[in-house]
Amino acid sequence: MRKKELKLVVTFHTTADAMAMEKTCRELEVPGRLIPVPREISAGCGLAWCAPLTEREHLAAVMADHGIEQEDLHECML
Amino acid sequence: MIYMDNAATTLHKPDVVKAAVLAAFDTMGNAGRGASEPALDASRVIYAAREKLAHFFNAESASRIVFTANSTESLNIAIKGLFCPGNHVITTVLEHNSVLRPLYECQEQGVEITILGCDEKGNILYEEMERAVKDNTKAVVCTHASNLTGNMIDLNKVGEITKRHGLLLVVDASQTAGVWPVDVQEQGIDVLCFTGHKGLLGPQGTGGMYVRTGVDIRPLLSGGSGIDTYNPHHPSQMPTALEAGTLNGHGIAGLGAAVTYLEETGLNVIRKKEQSLMRRFYEGISAIPGIKVYGDFSTNDRAAIVSFNIGDYDSSEVSDKLNVEYGIVTRPGAHCAPLMHKALGTVEQGAVRFSFSHYNTEEEVDTAVRAVEELARE
Repeated sequence: MRKKELKLVVTFHTTADAMAMEKTCRELEVPGRLIPVPREISAGCGLAWCAPLTEREHLAAVMADHGIEQEDLHECML
Repeated sequence: MIYMDNAATTLHKPDVVKAAVLAAFDTMGNAGRGASEPALDASRVIYAAREKLAHFFNAESASRIVFTANSTESLNIAIKGLFCPGNHVITTVLEHNSVLRPLYECQEQGVEITILGCDEKGNILYEEMERAVKDNTKAVVCTHASNLTGNMIDLNKVGEITKRHGLLLVVDASQTAGVWPVDVQEQGIDVLCFTGHKGLLGPQGTGGMYVRTGVDIRPLLSGGSGIDTYNPHHPSQMPTALEAGTLNGHGIAGLGAAVTYLEETGLNVIRKKEQSLMRRFYEGISAIPGIKVYGDFSTNDRAAIVSFNIGDYDSSEVSDKLNVEYGIVTRPGAHCAPLMHKALGTVEQGAVRFSFSHYNTEEEVDTAVRAVEELARE
């Protein structure tokens, strides 16, 4: 089975929030991508932003600067 | 064919709109349903259109733009979702049935309605609006421009009244969006309802609404949202709260491209061309014996619409002759604005409506004037 590693998973209330996150991260070249919400997480939106653990502070700053509302922040083996 | 029925729908669309719709057919999955590339492509295109419309109307956030099928759906969501029995709502005789019929349904359930009249030129009487405000008044619902006469309602004046009395302002921008600038924050608009297929130059089946932050609307529909699956209720977060079911992604792709076209072309350029064509047509026909033009042409601050009758000639017959004998497309009869027809005395005769696009030309207008002259001589 493919090796898993611990990653950051940001969840959102709406698809629009998730798309705002992707657009902003792409523009700022912040690593990560949209994934379907893993089953161990209960989330509103079916999309989540998955990023390396090292990006935690960077992501928080990006979301704060751009008014992107997260639902929650998780660490998951993915 | 000379198409002059742009108040019904704009026939000629920018090439970029057609290209965007065709491209969407090759790439789009279902927005918000999974993270596959086709699903994400649809989500990206729809989100981009949301952002463009938010910028276009100066909304505070893209999440305050909701997509619907047309103005009628937007107005039904707004009117049926905002008012409760005991509320009082002010509207005008200029309104389209997409405002009046939902309001009449609310009235049957106990909402009180005041319908403001107009002067002989079809302009609303602003002082009557102020006088109509009562303790239980919740909102003013009004059009930005009459689809029959083209007369505009001054949203700045109405906005002053609604702000002064703490009322909601719900605006039907069906005849102005894409031609006249609308700034929801500056004009104090709480809910803006628009359609995509008229001045916005997008595909039919697209439309939407802006809902100011803090204004809660009970959803008209509930169902699939792509989020919060195990919640028995439809999610309350905007824009999902007012968007149940799969959106018209292909159409919205076209609408997004249309907004880009409008911004690149410039609303000023589009509006000046339409105003010039409208004025040329009005000047051309208004001196013809037997012609009665409806509406106020003392200003160019109006939608590019000229409605008229020739003597007691049936408007349907005039429009049909224009179509069959001259290849000129117009709309006759009643225009879904029953109270405006009553006010103008055209319930029986209806009216022949010419409505212009910036794609029309002066030569087309001159051909149309000559056609009306010939019909008036019969």
